[in-house]
Amino acid sequence: MLTYLRRSAAQVVFVLLGIALINFFLLHLAPGDAAQVLAGESGAATPEYMEALRRQFGLDQPLYVQFLRYLGNLVTFDLGYSFRQSLPVSELILQRLPATLLLMGTAIGFALVAGCSLGFLAARRAGKLTDTVISIVALLFYATPVFWVGIMLIVVFSVMLDWLPVGGMTSVEANLSGLALVGDVALHLVLPAVTLGLFYLAIYARLMRAAMLEVYGQDFVRTARAKGVRPRRIAWRHVLRNALLPIVTTLGVQLGSILGGAVLVETVFSWPGLGRLAFAALFQRDLNLLLGILFCSSVVVVLVNIAVDLVYTLLDPRIELN
Amino acid sequence: MSDPVSREPVLAVDGLSIGFQTRRGLLPAVRELSFSVRSGEMLAIVGESGCGKSLTALALLGLVPPPGRVTGGTVRLEGRDLLALDEAALRRVRGARISMIFQEPMTALNPVLTVGEQIMEAILEHEPVSRKAARGRALALLERVRIPDPERRFAEYPHRLSGGMRQRVMIAMALAGAPAVLVADEPTTALDVTIQAQILGLIDELRREQGTAVVFITHDLGVVSRYVDRVLVMYAGRKVEERGTRDLFADPLHPYTRGLIAAQPRAGAGPAGAERQRLAEIPGTVPALAAMPAGCAFAPRCALADERCVQAVPPARRAGSGLVACHHAGETHAV
Repeated sequence: MLTYLRRSAAQVVFVLLGIALINFFLLHLAPGDAAQVLAGESGAATPEYMEALRRQFGLDQPLYVQFLRYLGNLVTFDLGYSFRQSLPVSELILQRLPATLLLMGTAIGFALVAGCSLGFLAARRAGKLTDTVISIVALLFYATPVFWVGIMLIVVFSVMLDWLPVGGMTSVEANLSGLALVGDVALHLVLPAVTLGLFYLAIYARLMRAAMLEVYGQDFVRTARAKGVRPRRIAWRHVLRNALLPIVTTLGVQLGSILGGAVLVETVFSWPGLGRLAFAALFQRDLNLLLGILFCSSVVVVLVNIAVDLVYTLLDPRIELN
Repeated sequence: MSDPVSREPVLAVDGLSIGFQTRRGLLPAVRELSFSVRSGEMLAIVGESGCGKSLTALALLGLVPPPGRVTGGTVRLEGRDLLALDEAALRRVRGARISMIFQEPMTALNPVLTVGEQIMEAILEHEPVSRKAARGRALALLERVRIPDPERRFAEYPHRLSGGMRQRVMIAMALAGAPAVLVADEPTTALDVTIQAQILGLIDELRREQGTAVVFITHDLGVVSRYVDRVLVMYAGRKVEERGTRDLFADPLHPYTRGLIAAQPRAGAGPAGAERQRLAEIPGTVPALAAMPAGCAFAPRCALADERCVQAVPPARRAGSGLVACHHAGETHAV
């Protein structure tokens, strides 16, 4: 266990180094820099002014110097300064990260629990009406674009029924605290989390159904039947545990894409998260901020993947951490 | 063999037929199979792959997988027809009065549950005992099948055990409810030769001690000949011969049985002998289910086959203490 953690820590360092490198050069491939954007927004600028701006932000240095400086800063968790927002990048990210993690966590939790339950149900009723209905619904969720689902949910539940707030994370007018605040955030969370989660729910439902049916065909299930184990217990104890393994694998792979999906959902629901911040940074060519966000997201994904590995060993005794 | 075999058959199969439901209709895989086993008796069902022996084994527990299904006959266990029971009643019989061990000890155990849990489950699903009591019995069972250090093995996952150990665990699990009948479907085929002998010895010992009737499914006559009391030879879904083990080897009546016995590798025919003898083989292959001949299924491969064999299925006839289904049985033995 300790050996595993030590080794994965070493791997994390290399992965992060690679990510930093790729992020940095990828963003420099795009034409234009922050000085151009700043100058452009102020209406007119002389070449001298541009030069001064570049010197001020270190943009006149050769690329590798800029990169090394960036790396050096990363080591000290200094992600630089956002000239557009006039705030340190790390501060901006820390402001937004909790909202995104909350949204992601809730969406994944919802997708996992609901998706696996539906898949489980469909597999136990394979070939029956329940199975058909679940499969069709899952296919629908799978095929519908996330932003459309988001807008439709807003139209139905916020505008027409007025059950849930249209967007944001808290009610602006009320100054809530304590439990009332938690309740308020939870209410705001429902629609964005469901929107983000529906697509993954569909994936997990389909995957769970397929995995269960495959496990049902295995020899140890026949052994359990020959032992006289109740069908219910066979499903829960013998089949489910084994069918969860591919789910966990997929979950690890998809975490990155869920973070990507958060950008869209945060925009639709004006959720004050990292995704919207990244979106804004991209359009404003706020390089430092964008790099910081990309880097932080990578750290989150890498850490969650390690957690997934650990969960895997809990579920499958055949896998040992060495 | 001088073992205490009781008179009453504990398991009586009568006219068992199993078929596969396909788009082109029902393909019969096992036809009109009848046999019985008494307490403490060990019966071998022998045949090539595809002859229906494994399907028969599964049918004894009501576990024939779709698209296969039992199309006729009765399976009486201690007087009760299992095929007439509903699924819930059948479940209560499985693992309690009749249990089964399988060919692949590698895949027959659940990889994510400990050995102990899987044995305890066999007890807890049938009897209202505490987990503690079940644990004690599971440990005793592990000891019974001679697994060293049962306390430690109890908490182990199957992948930590060797094939032979896993098969012992399977046997412990099958014995958990002290069943009247144990069905063993090629339990030694996947194991090393030395382990094979140990497992066979164990099964033999347990049936002597507990009086469990054993139905032993195998394709290998030689392996079981030392242990079983009677042999039932199946060919293409039908019983072709059923005899006491000694009689069968001394005087096989069906040409197919003779072929099987001749195809056994014999000790002494090894490389030490000056002349290595080629193993006898039965020419041809088993007919496909969809293309079963009208007469004797073995006729296309049989040297004795004549007009009668091609036209009519030979009925089972008494032959001493046994049965044989061949038009030519008793005519000549010199083939």
